[in-house]
Amino acid sequence: MIDVNVSLSHYPFRRLPGDEPDALVARLRRLGVTEAWAGSFDALFHRDVAAVNARTAEACRRHGDGLLRPFGAVDPMLPDWREELRRCQEVHGMPGVRLHPNYHGYGLDAPEFAELMDEAGRRGLVVQVAIRMEDERNLHPLLKSLPRTDPSPLIPLLARPGRPRVVLLNALRTVTGEPLRKLLAAGDVWVDLASLDGMEGLRKLVALVGVEPLLLGSHAPFFVPEAVHLQFQESALPADQAEAIRRGNARRVLPAG
Amino acid sequence: MIWDVHAHLAGTGEKTPEEAIARLIVAADRMGVDRLVVFMGDPWSHDPSPADLTRQNDQVLKALEHWHHRAFGFVYVSPRHVEASLREIDRCVRDGPMLGLKLWVAQRCDSPEADALVRRAQELKGLIFQHTWIKAQGNLPGESTPMDLAALASRHPGASFVCGHVGGQWELGVRAVRPFANVSVDLGGGDVTAGMVEAAVRELGAERVLYGSDVPGRGFATQLAKVLGAEIDEAERRLILGENLRRLLTPILRDKGIET
Repeated sequence: MIDVNVSLSHYPFRRLPGDEPDALVARLRRLGVTEAWAGSFDALFHRDVAAVNARTAEACRRHGDGLLRPFGAVDPMLPDWREELRRCQEVHGMPGVRLHPNYHGYGLDAPEFAELMDEAGRRGLVVQVAIRMEDERNLHPLLKSLPRTDPSPLIPLLARPGRPRVVLLNALRTVTGEPLRKLLAAGDVWVDLASLDGMEGLRKLVALVGVEPLLLGSHAPFFVPEAVHLQFQESALPADQAEAIRRGNARRVLPAG
Repeated sequence: MIWDVHAHLAGTGEKTPEEAIARLIVAADRMGVDRLVVFMGDPWSHDPSPADLTRQNDQVLKALEHWHHRAFGFVYVSPRHVEASLREIDRCVRDGPMLGLKLWVAQRCDSPEADALVRRAQELKGLIFQHTWIKAQGNLPGESTPMDLAALASRHPGASFVCGHVGGQWELGVRAVRPFANVSVDLGGGDVTAGMVEAAVRELGAERVLYGSDVPGRGFATQLAKVLGAEIDEAERRLILGENLRRLLTPILRDKGIET
């Protein structure tokens, strides 16, 4: 199984069970995960993104025997972000980057975001967009005005030539129903299941958007990783659909390392 | 044994209460959930009128008719309508099959109007489930916080309360209710945030922590994962998944002659 949404380092507002790399890897392995795409919680607030990415790459090398694949942080509002993108790919060998637009103060309609998309597309990098990290109602008081990331401006960008493959993380309580269907029909875009909830939620989601755009993602260790795995049991998904979501679709986004 | 303290009829996509609970039971069976506590009907109302309360409670009674071996009911009441709520408690709990009260967001529960409802519930040995949240952007006008529930619980030390959603911001919720042994916490209805169960067990003791899902708005899978994935021992897990709720409901179940 491929988990496209895990994070290393420490969440800024609390320690989490299993937030050391070896503990996280052990827990993922127990659940049958053989590959996990790892960003860093440090990306939310650290300004020295170069150091964050170096640590992420190093942690993925040192822990997990190849299970962790590093995804770098890039903030297109910072000076010289193109160099960061270059280092992610050429120095650290990262297959993609993970963006946090609301924490970094831009919307997906920002010209800088479009430039980053173009550059990532040119480089063949996967772009993960973390739509949110935590239920807005439960944010630390200093973050209570944190803006919501609206994914809809992605639609015209996904029609541009040379677009990258885009994976939306933690998006399924922000965009639902017809807007979600429209977004996922717009091009090379996938969404992970980490924030999916609701009784038989996976069955209903497949009925809405089909299987192809769905990826297994846990948002571990912030979320309890068992949750996304139990969703398959509650929705009683056919084996071929479950296999596509658990592995096959992710492999189409990113070939084996 | 898994008993779920927090389930609803609204939002299943089914047309009738009978169909809604049948849908709940299908999913519960897949996840090994033995019993559900169901409250509130369809559609929801933040500030239900007396007629709304009766209509919604009628729906729950209808749902329970054929599923009394799998589901229990709590009567939906509002401190904004004390007399009507007392009549509903008598109709649905004293004279009917329900086992407790559900209070939502019509009026904050530290208001004196809630006292009469709590006293009646206590007389009947019913459990009182109060929705709570501490919202970063501010609560609804009548929406209770765990601090409001703590104030109510301090006035009624002989009554048994459940703090819904652990207050949303659970690090604050467990602190707010920690001094009041007559308050348990419901784990349901929030994101699957790691560490919540461990914190509740550490601060309150496993005996005061209850598995709840808030289905169908939330799923059994995600909400069970909070407990199944928590770093606690197996005895604590058993308490949370069902033994605590059975213990809390035993007095009223016994009075009603209901075997579990």
